[in-house]
Amino acid sequence: MPISENDVTRVARLARLRVTEAEIPQYQAGLDGILDLVAQLHESVTDDIEPMAHPQDISLRLREDQVTEDDERDLFQECAPAVESGLYLVPRVIE
Amino acid sequence: MLHLLSLKALRERLQKREVSSVELTKHFIDRIARFSDLNAFISVDEEGALAGAENADKRLNKKESGNLTGIPIAHKDIFCTKRLRTTCGSKMLSGFTAPYDATVVERLANAGCVTIGKTNMDEFAMGSSNETSFFGNVKNPWHTSRVPGGSSGGSAASVAARLIPAATGTDTGGSIRQPAAFCGLTGLKPSYGRVSRYGMIAFASSLDQGGPLTRSAEDSAIMFNAMGGFDPKDSTSIERPVPSVNELLDLDLRGLRLGLPTEFFDSSVDTAVLGSVREALQILEKRGAQLVDVSLPNSAAGIPCYYVIAPAEASSNLSRFDGVRFGHRSEQADSLLDLYECSRAEGFGEEVKRRILIGTYVLSAGYYDAYYLKAQKIRRVISDDFKKAFEKCDVIVGPTTPSTAFKIGEKTQDPVSMYLNDIFTNTVNLAGLPSLSLPVGLDGAGLPIGMQLIGRFMDETSLIGTAHQFQLETDWHERCPEDFS
Amino acid sequence: MEWECVIGLEVHVQLKTKSKIFSGASTTFGADANTQACGVDIGLPGVLPVMNREAVMMAARFGIAIGGTINEISVFARKNYFYPDLPKGYQISQFEIPVVEGGQLEIQTANGPRTIRITRAHLEEDAGKSLHEDFHGLTGIDLNRAGTPLLEVVSEPDLRSPEEAVAYLKKLHTLVRTLKICDGNMQEGSFRCDANVSVRPKGEAQLGTRAELKNINSFRFVERAIYFEIDRQIGVIEDGGSVVQETRLYDPDKDLTRSMRGKEEAHDYRYFPDPDLPPLMITKKELDAIRSAMPELPDTKLTRLVSSYELSNDDAALLAADSDLAKFFEDAVRTANGESRLIANWILGDLSSALNRESLSISESPVSPEMLGQLINRIKDNTISGKIAKQVFGDLWQGKGQVDDIIQNQGLTQITDTDAISKAVDDVITAFPSQVNQVRAGEEKVIGFLVGQVMKATSGKANPQAVNNLIKSKLSS
Repeated sequence: MPISENDVTRVARLARLRVTEAEIPQYQAGLDGILDLVAQLHESVTDDIEPMAHPQDISLRLREDQVTEDDERDLFQECAPAVESGLYLVPRVIE
Repeated sequence: MLHLLSLKALRERLQKREVSSVELTKHFIDRIARFSDLNAFISVDEEGALAGAENADKRLNKKESGNLTGIPIAHKDIFCTKRLRTTCGSKMLSGFTAPYDATVVERLANAGCVTIGKTNMDEFAMGSSNETSFFGNVKNPWHTSRVPGGSSGGSAASVAARLIPAATGTDTGGSIRQPAAFCGLTGLKPSYGRVSRYGMIAFASSLDQGGPLTRSAEDSAIMFNAMGGFDPKDSTSIERPVPSVNELLDLDLRGLRLGLPTEFFDSSVDTAVLGSVREALQILEKRGAQLVDVSLPNSAAGIPCYYVIAPAEASSNLSRFDGVRFGHRSEQADSLLDLYECSRAEGFGEEVKRRILIGTYVLSAGYYDAYYLKAQKIRRVISDDFKKAFEKCDVIVGPTTPSTAFKIGEKTQDPVSMYLNDIFTNTVNLAGLPSLSLPVGLDGAGLPIGMQLIGRFMDETSLIGTAHQFQLETDWHERCPEDFS
Repeated sequence: MEWECVIGLEVHVQLKTKSKIFSGASTTFGADANTQACGVDIGLPGVLPVMNREAVMMAARFGIAIGGTINEISVFARKNYFYPDLPKGYQISQFEIPVVEGGQLEIQTANGPRTIRITRAHLEEDAGKSLHEDFHGLTGIDLNRAGTPLLEVVSEPDLRSPEEAVAYLKKLHTLVRTLKICDGNMQEGSFRCDANVSVRPKGEAQLGTRAELKNINSFRFVERAIYFEIDRQIGVIEDGGSVVQETRLYDPDKDLTRSMRGKEEAHDYRYFPDPDLPPLMITKKELDAIRSAMPELPDTKLTRLVSSYELSNDDAALLAADSDLAKFFEDAVRTANGESRLIANWILGDLSSALNRESLSISESPVSPEMLGQLINRIKDNTISGKIAKQVFGDLWQGKGQVDDIIQNQGLTQITDTDAISKAVDDVITAFPSQVNQVRAGEEKVIGFLVGQVMKATSGKANPQAVNNLIKSKLSS
C-alpha cells in the first residue's frame, strides 16, 4: 500500500474534509486504487517536454480598468447561511 | 406526437403557428411528470416555463422570433440559473439558487428557448453513470436497469425518452459523449474555449466544456450555434464567431480523410460496438470519405494523465464550498476548522471526496513533480499525437465507449473500473479538441452504440457535417426507446 | 560574541486601479461591508476571473523603474489554503514565473550608499478582512478588499540593520508614489510590509533560521519590530536554544513579536498554474510605450535638484521623495525666476508645517506654486519684508486672495520713507535709554532689541536692514 493512514489524514486535513477513523481504510483503499491506475505515468519518458497547463495556445486577454459591478450585496447574501450587518459570520478566528 | 419532432420541425410548426409554445411546453411538462421514474430531472419550473412560453407565443405572433423561439429545453444542473436552484447534483448546493444566469443559459434564452427545468447529473460532474448524484441515479430509457452514462446522464435520458427536444450538458472527460452513446443521441463537445464556461460550475477548468445533447446532428448544429461564441467574461473564451447552422451542416464527404487509430480498435472493445462502427465507416466511405490508418501511440496514458489533472484542478475548484457564503453549513461548527471540515464532509458525496483527496495528494509537497507535473508533460505528448495524426487525416473516428450501457450498480464498488469508461474520450479533453458522438447501431440487448468523431481544434464543422451526412443515409438517430415513442 | 542580523522584506503594494484585479468591482476604500464585493470577489460557483490591464501596466512600470526584467510571459498560479477572508480557498498569485524578476534599489546608510537587490515582484489578489468585534463570539468577514490588486515586492536578504530596512522601505514608498501606482497610505494598508529576520555570528557565511514578522504597518514599527526580534533571537541562541522558523506577529502596543501558532500548521500551498487564466504576455511594443511614458525617478530627480537648483542634499532629498512636492517647487521657482533655496525653505518650512497641521497633501494646498513664487518676488523687490511675507502667507492659506491684493488691501508695503523711519528710530532711542547705553558700551546684540521695537512701532513695515543701519549711524555719531 503506497498510501498510508497518515497520508489520508494529512491530505484530508489539507482539503478540510473530516474523515473519521472508521472511514480511513475505505479512503485509503480508494486512493490506492487510483494511484495504482495512474502509476503508468511513471513509465513514459518525458525529458525535455514542456508541461501543458492549457489546451489552447493563447495569451491572457486583458480588460480595461473600469468599474462595471454594482452593489448586489443583498442578492448575494440571500443564499448565505449566516450574515449580520452585511458581514459573513464564521466561528471566532484566533490570531 | 409533438415529442417526436426535431428542433427544425418544431420551429417550423411554431412559426407557422400550427402549434403554440404553451401547448408544446405543457406537452413536455406532462411527459416529464409521466416518466418521473427515470429521475432525469432535479427541478422542473412549470410556472416559469409557461410564462416563458406565453411570452414566446406573443413574439411568434408578431414574427419577432429568433431561431429557437418557443422551443422548450432543459439545462444540466451545473449551469447557474437565477430562477431555479442549481445543485450540481450535490447536497452541498441542494438549497442554492444562483444570483445570476450562466452565459449559456442567457444565450439560449436570448435565442428564444423556454427553460423547463434542470437535469440530474453525477455530483459535480464526477462520474460516468449518474450514480453519484445526491438526487439518486437516473435510469436509461432504453433499458431501465441500465445506467444512462454520465455525468450528463439526466440530460441524455430526458432527450432520449423524448421528455425534452434538446438539453445542455458538460464534458470534462466524456460527460456529453458517453451518455450520448449510451442513450442513442448526438452529443457534441466543442473545442475548448468555444462555449463560455461562465456560470458553469467548474469541475476541472482546463478540461470542462459545455455542449448540446440532441437527437440529430442537425439539432446539434442549431443548439451549438446558439450556445457558443466569444464571451468576455471567460478568459479562455476564443474570439471567433461560431459558424452558421448551414455552414455546420453543409459538408461534402468526398475526399474527407477519416483516420482510424489502431489503438481505438483493439480487443478491449465489445465486438458489437466494433461491428457497428465498422458498418458506419463503410457508409461514410460509400459517400466518398477516405479511410486511413493513424496512430495515437500514447492514448493509453490518457486515463492516468486525466485522473491526475482533473482531480488536481477539482480539489482547488471545490475549495470555495466551505459553508461560509453559500451552500451547506454544518450544524456542528463550534470552531472554524469544524465549520470547514464538517460542512464539506457532510455536503460532498463519497466520489467527490475521493477525487478531492487524490487531487490534493498529487499537488502536495513532495508529489507535485512525480504526479502533477508529469501528467502535464504527458498531456503535451498526447496533444502532439493528435497533431501528428491530423497531418494524415481530417477527422479521427472510433467507438465512443468500449461497451454499451452497463447495469446500475455494476461498477459502483470499483471506482477504477468506472474510470476506464472514459478511455476513448478523455484524451480529447486533454488536447482541447472538438468531438462528437453519434448513434450507429444497437447491440444484441437493444442498447445503443456510439461512434466518436474527433476534429482539429475549432473544426466542429467537419464533425457535425460528417454526422449529418451519415444521418441523411441512416435512421439510427430516429430510433426511440420502445416505451417512450 | 558579535552578532549580525540579516533582513529581507516582502512588501505588498496595493495598486491604485479603479477596479479589482480580476473583476469590475470598485476598489474604493471604506465602503460598507461587502458592498464592493461582486460575484467574482466572493467566489460564487461558476464565476471566472478576467485580468485588469492597468494592473499589468503598473507592474511593468515598476519593473522598469527598478531595472528588473519584465518577463514576456508570466504565469498566474493558485495558492491553496483555507481562511475565511480568502473566499475561493485559493489566492490567485504568481509563483514560478512572476511578471518582474531582478532589479535593485540604492539606499543611503551610515556607511555610505548600498545596493539592495530585489528578487522579484509579482501580481496577486488581496484577501478580505476578518473583523473580530464581537458578533456573539463570531467573527465577521468583509470581502470588499478581496481582489484588490497587489504587487508583492520581495527583496534579497541584503539588509543588515533595522535602519537599513527602514531606508529601503522609504525608498520603495517614494518610488511607488512617484510611479503613481500606489497611494502609499500605510494606515489604510495600501503599503504593507512583512520582514524576514535572522541573526548569525558576525563573519559567518551561512544564514541563521529566520522568523517572518507580519503586520508591521508603519516605518517606526518596522524598525522597532526588527530590533525586538533581533534581541529575542540573540537571547534564544545565547541561552543555548535555537530559533524556530515561524511566523510572528508584531504587537505595537506591547512592542514585542509573538508566535502565530495555529495558523502555521501544515503549510502546503499546492501551487499550480491557474487553468482559468492563460499566460500573461507583455509585448515589446507595450514595454516601449511604458518606457517612453516613465516619470522622472526619485534618484535622477535628486541629482538634478542638487545640480540645477544648488540645493543641499538634504533639502533636495526631501523634495525628491514626493514628486508632487518637487513639481510644486519647480513651478514656484519658475514664477520667481530663481531664488530656489529660499523657495525650498518656504516649502519645507512654513508650507509643510501648514499642510501637516491640516493633514493635507501638497496637491490639496490652498497656496499654489504661483502664489508662493509671487510672494518670493515681493520679498525680492523689497515690497515686503520676510516677516510680513509670513503674514501674507497666512492670508493666502486662508484664501484671502492673491499676493498683491493682500499686500495692497492691508497696506503691508514696506515704509521706504526715510523720514518716517528716522522719526520712529528717534522715538525708540528716547524711550529705551538703558538699552541705548548698552549698545554704546559695545553690546552689539542689543541693537536687535532696538530694531525689534522700531519694527513693532511701524507694524513691521519698515525694512529691518535699513532700521539697523540707521540705529547704528545714529548711536555712533
